Amino acid sequence: MHTNLQLTANGKLQHLLTIDGLPRHVILEILDTAKVYINPETHEIQKVPLLSGKTIFNLFFENSTRTRTTFEIAAKRLSADVVNLNINTSSLSKGETLLDTVNNLVAMQASMFVIRHNESGAVHLIAQHIAPHIKVINAGDGRHAHPTQALLDLFTIRHFRSDFTKLRIAIVGDILHSRVARSDILALNTIGVAEVRVIGPNTLLPTNAEQLGVRVFHDMEQGLRDVDVIIILRLQNERMSGSLLPSPQEYFKSYGLTPERLLLANPDALVMHPGPMNRGVEIDSAVADGPNSVILAQVTFGIAVRMAVMSILMRES
Amino acid sequence: MHIKIAKGRVIDPVNNYDAVNDLYICDGKISAIGSPPAGFNPQRLIDASGYVVCPGLIDLSARLREPGYEYKATLESEMCAAVAGGVTSMACPPDTDPVLDEPGLVEMLKHRARTLNQAHVYPIGALTMGLKGQTLTEMAELTDAGCIAFSHADAAFTNNQVLYRAMQYAATFNFTVWLRPQDAHIGSDGVVHDGEIATRLGLPAIPPLSETIALSTIISLARETGVRLHICRLSTASGIKMVNMARHEGMQITCDVSAQHVHLCEQDIGYFNSHFHLAPPLRSITDRDAIRASLANGEIDAICSDHTPVDEDAKLLPFSQSEAGATGLELLLPLSLKWAREMNRNLVDALGLITCSPAKILGIDAGSLNIGKPADLCIFDPELLWRVTPSTLVSQSKNTPFLDMDMQGRVVYTLMEGSVVYETCKGGLP
Repeated sequence: MHTNLQLTANGKLQHLLTIDGLPRHVILEILDTAKVYINPETHEIQKVPLLSGKTIFNLFFENSTRTRTTFEIAAKRLSADVVNLNINTSSLSKGETLLDTVNNLVAMQASMFVIRHNESGAVHLIAQHIAPHIKVINAGDGRHAHPTQALLDLFTIRHFRSDFTKLRIAIVGDILHSRVARSDILALNTIGVAEVRVIGPNTLLPTNAEQLGVRVFHDMEQGLRDVDVIIILRLQNERMSGSLLPSPQEYFKSYGLTPERLLLANPDALVMHPGPMNRGVEIDSAVADGPNSVILAQVTFGIAVRMAVMSILMRES
Repeated sequence: MHIKIAKGRVIDPVNNYDAVNDLYICDGKISAIGSPPAGFNPQRLIDASGYVVCPGLIDLSARLREPGYEYKATLESEMCAAVAGGVTSMACPPDTDPVLDEPGLVEMLKHRARTLNQAHVYPIGALTMGLKGQTLTEMAELTDAGCIAFSHADAAFTNNQVLYRAMQYAATFNFTVWLRPQDAHIGSDGVVHDGEIATRLGLPAIPPLSETIALSTIISLARETGVRLHICRLSTASGIKMVNMARHEGMQITCDVSAQHVHLCEQDIGYFNSHFHLAPPLRSITDRDAIRASLANGEIDAICSDHTPVDEDAKLLPFSQSEAGATGLELLLPLSLKWAREMNRNLVDALGLITCSPAKILGIDAGSLNIGKPADLCIFDPELLWRVTPSTLVSQSKNTPFLDMDMQGRVVYTLMEGSVVYETCKGGLP
C-alpha cells in the first residue's frame, strides 16, 4: 500500500490518487498534454475521439458542482460515455459497503472512475481493491488530496508565468481541512518553486505545518509581501463560527484578501481560488473580479488538465 | 498424571532463574525442578531440548468479544489463539455487548471459559453502568462474581465528579481501577497521532495532550482517594514520565503498553493501512523509543497484547471509518522477544514483562514456576522463524499490522494446570 499504487512497475501512471510521490516528469507530461487540448488563439478546448467507446463513471459521495461538471465535460470532449452518480450515502445506508458499490459499477463495464469521497483515503482504498484494468482518478478525498486541482493550479500558473523557479506562492486560509492546500503544496514543491507560504490562524493550520515544506505566517500582511501568486482557500460554512473561528467577519478582518492587502504582493501577482468563493469572507469582490484574478481561467484550464489525465491513463491501458 | 519436561531451558523470571533442567509435574502442579520428586512415574515425557520452558504468559488485555460480538470472534476461537500464543491467563476488558456491568454476565463468561478449560479468564468489570460514566456498578457483587478489577475500557470520562466517586468507592473496598487515559473531547474525533502522518494524509488527529490531560486528572483523583491504580496502554513519552513521577511520590500505580506500540510508530501507517488503526494511536518515533527504554528500566511494568479481533469488513473501510484494534494474543511472545533482542535484554527480562509482572498487577497467584503452583506453562522455540499470515494465526480475526512480517520465536506446547492444551509437531507449525 504505497504511493506507487498509482504508478505501474515501469513508472507509468496507473491511477491518479495524490500528488505525493508523483514524479516531476509525470506532472510535466500532464501539463504538456493539457496544453495540446487548448487552442492557443481562441482558448477553446477541442473535441477529440481518443476515448470513444469507453465508459467513465463520475462517482461522487460528496456534493460538488464544479469539479463534477468539469470532469464530465473533459470526458465528453474525449468522446467517452459518462455516467454521473451522486451517492449521498443512500445505498451505503442500505448496508452496501463502499467496495460493493464500486464492484457493482465495475460489472457495468466501467473503464474509469472519477471519485470524490468525504473520507481521507477512501479513493486509495478503492484503487487498492479494484480490478487492475480499471483506472481511478481522485476528485478529492476528505482532507487528504485533490490532485487534479493541484495540476490545474500548476497549469494556470505556468500559463501566466514562464519560470516556476523564481515564484513565491502564498496559500491563505484553512490549511488544516484543505485537500487543495495539501496537493498544491506537494505539487509546487515537486515542480520546484522558490517558496511556498501558508497563511492562517493556528486553529486552521496542521500541527508542525512546516514539515509539509512551507513557511508559516499568521500575519496576512507579512505573508503576502512580495509574493507572485496568492491562492485563497474556501472557508467552509461549518468552520466559520465555533471553536475554530469566532465569526466570518473576524476572519475577513484578519485574512480576507482585500485590494489594500493585494498591494503588498508583487504588482502582477496572480489571484487564484479553487471555488466556490465566499465573497466578503475570504476574498473581496473587487479582488475576485479584478485584473489580477485568474479564477475563471482556472476553471477552463481544469477541463484541459482533466482531459490530459484521462487520456494519459487510458493510453497506458 | 505425571509429566516430565526434559532438558528445557527453564526460565522463571520472578526467581531470576535461568538454567537447562528437567521440570516435573504431578497432578497439575509443578512438583520439582532438577531431580524427580519421590514416587514420580512419568506418563508423558516432553522433550524440551532447545526450547524455553517458562510460566504461561499473562495478558493484561485480551478482548474475547463475548458476549455480543461473536461475528468478530468467539470465546472458543480466541481461547485457541491464546494457548497457541502461550497465554494461560488473560484479563478481559468490559466493553462487550452488553457491557460487563452485571454479576450475571460475569458469571456466565467465567462459566463459559471454565467449560472450555484452556486458559484462565479474568473479567474486568465496568466501572460505571454501560460504561456511560454516570452510575457506579455494583463493584462488590461483580467482585464476588469474578471481576478482578474495574475499568472504563475505551470510553473516556466526561464527568470527573463521577470518576472521583468511582475511585472513592473502589478504594473503600481496595478494588483496583484500570484506566486508559484519554480526554473526552480533545482528539475525540481523531484516528491518528497529531504528527507528520496526520498532517500529510489529512486524517483527524489525537494529540498527546489527550493522554496527558486525562492522566493528570486521573493521578490527582487517585492521589486524593488513595485508590490502587493501573494505567492501561500508555502511548506517549510524557505520559510515562507522569506515571513515574506519581510512583516516585509513593502512589500505588502501575502501567502497561501494548506490544504494537513497542515496535510501531505513526510512519508505519504508510498510505491509510487500516491494520495500523489502533487505540491509542501509534505515536511518534520518540514516543516509541521512550516506551522501549522504559520497559528496560522498569518504568513500564508489563506488555499486553491488547488483543482486539476485528472482522475483515470493519477494516475494509476508509481509515477513519475502520474499526481500531489488532489481533495480538499470538504475537505477544514473539514481539516481546523481538524487543529483548533489539534492546540487548535477556530472556528473563523479556519474559518477566509478560509473566510475573502482569500477575502481580492482576493480584493472581500465577506467573511463576514455584514448587506446588499450578503447572501453567509455555514452552517455546526461541529460534524458530515464522511468518505472520492469515493461515499461521489461529485467532478468528487476522487483523494485525504485522501481517506478512517474520517473527522469531514460536510456542510449541502450552500447559494449563498440567494439561497440554496446545502442541505442535517439533520444529513445525500446527
